[in-house]
Amino acid sequence: MKNKYSVFSLIKNALSQHENWQQAWGNPEPKKEYDAIIVGGGGHGLATAYYLAKKHNLKNIAVLEKGWIGGGNTGRNTTIIRSNYLWDASAGLYDHALKLWENLSQELNYNVMFSQRGVMNLAHNLQDVRDLKRRTHANRLNGIDAVWLNTEEVKKFCPIINTSPDIRYPVLGGTLQRRAGTARHDAVAWGYARGASDMGVDIIQNCEVKGIKRNGDRVEGLETTKGFIKTNKIGVVAAGHSSVIANMAGLKLPLESKPLQALVSEPVKPIINTVVMSNAVHAYVSQSDKGELVIGAGTDSYVSYTQRGSHNIVEETLKAILELYPIFSRMKMLRQWGGIVDICPDASPIISKTNIKGLYFNCGWGTGGFKATPGSGDLFAHTIANDEPHKLNAAFNLNRFVSGDLVDEHGAAAVAH
Amino acid sequence: MFLINCPFCGERDQSEFSSGGEAHIVRPKQPTELSDDDWAEYLFMRKNIKGIQFERWNHVHGCRKWFNVVRDTSNDKILSVYKMGEKPPVNYK
Repeated sequence: MKNKYSVFSLIKNALSQHENWQQAWGNPEPKKEYDAIIVGGGGHGLATAYYLAKKHNLKNIAVLEKGWIGGGNTGRNTTIIRSNYLWDASAGLYDHALKLWENLSQELNYNVMFSQRGVMNLAHNLQDVRDLKRRTHANRLNGIDAVWLNTEEVKKFCPIINTSPDIRYPVLGGTLQRRAGTARHDAVAWGYARGASDMGVDIIQNCEVKGIKRNGDRVEGLETTKGFIKTNKIGVVAAGHSSVIANMAGLKLPLESKPLQALVSEPVKPIINTVVMSNAVHAYVSQSDKGELVIGAGTDSYVSYTQRGSHNIVEETLKAILELYPIFSRMKMLRQWGGIVDICPDASPIISKTNIKGLYFNCGWGTGGFKATPGSGDLFAHTIANDEPHKLNAAFNLNRFVSGDLVDEHGAAAVAH
Repeated sequence: MFLINCPFCGERDQSEFSSGGEAHIVRPKQPTELSDDDWAEYLFMRKNIKGIQFERWNHVHGCRKWFNVVRDTSNDKILSVYKMGEKPPVNYK
């Protein structure tokens, strides 16, 4: 690492009023040709470039970003990290990511503020109880820590939850994954950008892809707002805009892009020490280090690329939050925003080759991609470098929609998608 | 968040409606003869257009009738509304 961050570099820079910190990543103009180009400079795209350079010894790599890095869904999510998924394939994928999270700040020499404060999923009816207990058992068989808590234990773990039996959706218990938690989402993008840039990856911002040049069944390069760039490997990590890029190559994907909203409150003193999610009423909440409540709402039901979302969705979420946490009734909300999420019919991602040689897609993360950032990048880099999936992402191929071998996490995962 | 002009009830808030996704996907005439690829195309593959999209909506909290809408998904502006069975307007591509 060129400029290693440490307590000594902090002291040294403090002496010069913090005016001499070097840029964390470069700002190059695109070269004429690259060995591989990653389309999309969010967390997943930057992580892909990072692992391509680090583990697969590809050095001539570019990341193209139409806006600024981390300005899409990486900076718009609610930063929750967990791996308590029902099916074996998902458990393998998300727990691989969680294990990378545990050492990510050291790996990147960048504090991603990973905090294993636990994620609790609440059950509000008997079917929820059965489903969540089943998921707890499935998790433990896959080596993922998960425990079932009864109502008193839920109350003990998070005292501000209203566990009165006479509310509309009473809390009948919940599951807890203690290794789960949150991280600082911008830091993840910045850390990977710095790490990748350090190994010679060109991070090119304000560069939008306008077309994909094909020669028969293989790719030859990209038309961009900064001119034509030649390459024979393109990894697309464009989240909500994946279908737009796919259409340029004449490809159709099983995706629908919809607005997903989140909001934060005014900052207050520490009041909630974990992440609490509720599938049935679709409300989840945690508290940022700044003290804001971070609240995730649902998706709109229609395709839209507007990055806003409907008022009624926020209203429904806040109603549920208020019933579960009456203490928040006078809290003011500061900001609300939307991001465009690409949702797969089975609510599982696609990390896959396509039938066009040299074109790879990492998409379909829907409402829950942030938690997978390091794992997604690692496995996608493997897929691009070897032209074959890693065994952990083999199930997440594009062909599963033809074969019918879906990884159906709709409702099976810990939260509605 | 926008208003939809239901061809039967008039202009109402979008929250009264339920989205039925992409329109004019024809149900296979002979399902038993369909290949796996064709099934995948029919069931899962979507244009997911950023721009002008033809789509179905149901006035689920109103007359409960289905109809078609032409909407620009990049700004949620509705350009045209037409009933089921009617030919889609040709001036949008």
